[in-house]
Amino acid sequence: MSLGQAAVQRLAGRHRLRWWEALPWLAAIAAFFAFPNHLAFGTQLLVTILFALSLDLVLGYAGIITLGHAAFFGAGAYTVGMLAQHAGWTEPLSGLVAAAAVAGAIGLASGYVLLRTHGLALLMLTLCTMALLEEAANMASAFTGGFDGMPGLRFAPLLGAFAFDPLYFRSQYVYALVVLLACFVLVRMLVHSSFGQSLTGIRENTLRMHAVGAPVRARLVTAYTISAALAGVAGALFTQTTAFVNLSVLGLDRAAGVLIVLILGGYGRLYGAFVGAIVYLLLEHLLAQAYPTAWQLGIGLVLIVVALYARNGILGIADAMRSRGGRAG
Amino acid sequence: MDLIGILLGGCAAGMVLFIVSVGLSVTMGLMGFVNLAHGGFAMLGGYAIVLSMRHWGLGFIAALALGFVVVAALSVVLERTLYARLYRASELDQVLFTIGLVFVMTAAVTLAFGPETRRVILPAWLDGQMDLGFIRYRTYSVAVIVAGTALVLALWLGFERTRYGARIRAAVDNRRMAQSLGVDVGRLFTVTFALGSGLAAIGGGLGAEILGLDPQYPLRYLAYFLIVVAVGGLGRVTGVFVAALLIGVLDFVLKIYFPKGGTLFIYALTLALLLWRPQGLFGRRAA
Repeated sequence: MSLGQAAVQRLAGRHRLRWWEALPWLAAIAAFFAFPNHLAFGTQLLVTILFALSLDLVLGYAGIITLGHAAFFGAGAYTVGMLAQHAGWTEPLSGLVAAAAVAGAIGLASGYVLLRTHGLALLMLTLCTMALLEEAANMASAFTGGFDGMPGLRFAPLLGAFAFDPLYFRSQYVYALVVLLACFVLVRMLVHSSFGQSLTGIRENTLRMHAVGAPVRARLVTAYTISAALAGVAGALFTQTTAFVNLSVLGLDRAAGVLIVLILGGYGRLYGAFVGAIVYLLLEHLLAQAYPTAWQLGIGLVLIVVALYARNGILGIADAMRSRGGRAG
Repeated sequence: MDLIGILLGGCAAGMVLFIVSVGLSVTMGLMGFVNLAHGGFAMLGGYAIVLSMRHWGLGFIAALALGFVVVAALSVVLERTLYARLYRASELDQVLFTIGLVFVMTAAVTLAFGPETRRVILPAWLDGQMDLGFIRYRTYSVAVIVAGTALVLALWLGFERTRYGARIRAAVDNRRMAQSLGVDVGRLFTVTFALGSGLAAIGGGLGAEILGLDPQYPLRYLAYFLIVVAVGGLGRVTGVFVAALLIGVLDFVLKIYFPKGGTLFIYALTLALLLWRPQGLFGRRAA
């Protein structure tokens, strides 16, 4: 057996890599050439996917139900925004690292305290943490711009060569795609590692995981911290690619939005974030154009139908159809 | 404004919070159903009350009764046709469904009545100021406090002193045990759900003067309703009452003395309280 074959087998076995997993990325590259006028929307889509992916790690795999995940998105968004505005730190890649560090630190601190609770209390605690950050950002207007936020931020060119393109979003799109791919690979490796397996175990039966001696709380806090850092990266990407940041990055709307995206696509599976973000944002985009006053009606109906008839989201339907086909054949 | 005036204003806001949230607390305690659309019923009730007064010339009391009946009936229909399918679903599917329902309600109200804020036309006997002996105060706020107190008493009596209330308390504490003793929890839930939604409708109408009334109402106050329920404890009428008054008064006081950072303090307090007692002030430890 050649070394190449061995590597392929290792990927397919341990990491369960399938051939079709290349398709979303090929589609994303194709979209770059096919829709040159819609790359701003595409960038927004990629940022949302990354944000939903970070949520999937805690919600889908570790089973931590949170209403406040935008806290970390906002922390990342404000970190790069404030660094650029006040410290002249406009280099994008190191900005991402800084955002991940700040959001991760907040995730670690809050997760360490909050993750001893569960159910409604946890839901409310995550919500309150986010609301606290939002109020703090509103009050510290000297640093954050308060309600109006910080418009017109400037960032240095990527790698010193590719300037951000305010008109067509070409470099932003490629940048977001590469960052998303990197983060996705990380999440994918985590999920298929023994660490990821133990998270799933905690989700399915916490008591039994305690019984077999797994360090349940340490695992949950670790997952929460990593997820927070990834959400921070998504927030930083948002600020860098749109060149502004305001209080909307920290609000309940955004936290609920990402929750909808993930549940709609299907949580606890890596590609749920992709499907959910594409369907939700496209729907929102098209409906808002067609019915500016009542676009929420269509989205609301879709959410209700999915919740009633398609448990586990859109990818859940695909699974159900496949298993039914399998049984028939 | 002096201290007593501020306290009275806070009490009125707290009463409204209580009337809206109490149903949510009991239904969440009964079925563990995460109903994020509860505020939507309050909004629909508010619209029914305000519009029936404006267009049909209904009296305030008659309009409140109408709002209660309409929303209670609507909620039974929704509960039987839609909610009931999701009792065994995961919390996340429930969240998705109820957020979808809020979106539909918000959009429907925007389409039908426009996005602007609606105001109640108060009847003459509730308008203006009245003399309480020690202070002159807005008649309407006093009326809300009186109505709220009466409602609390009635609910408390119904909850603690009737068979029906005993069944609810039993089912909240241990649903399976209550079921095996012959309590029809499904039916209990339908009735409680309708009552809770109807009360929310009254809260929406009574509170339109205090909290405002527009299509964004359900999402804007969602956090407040949830905080009241979480702080008070699931399925605890007295707990919800204390929590609602506490938060109503605190919010009112802080908005006057610290107009910028008042809400920060409420969130911080809730955070500290839930870390200390995750089951809320009056809740039982997880059963």
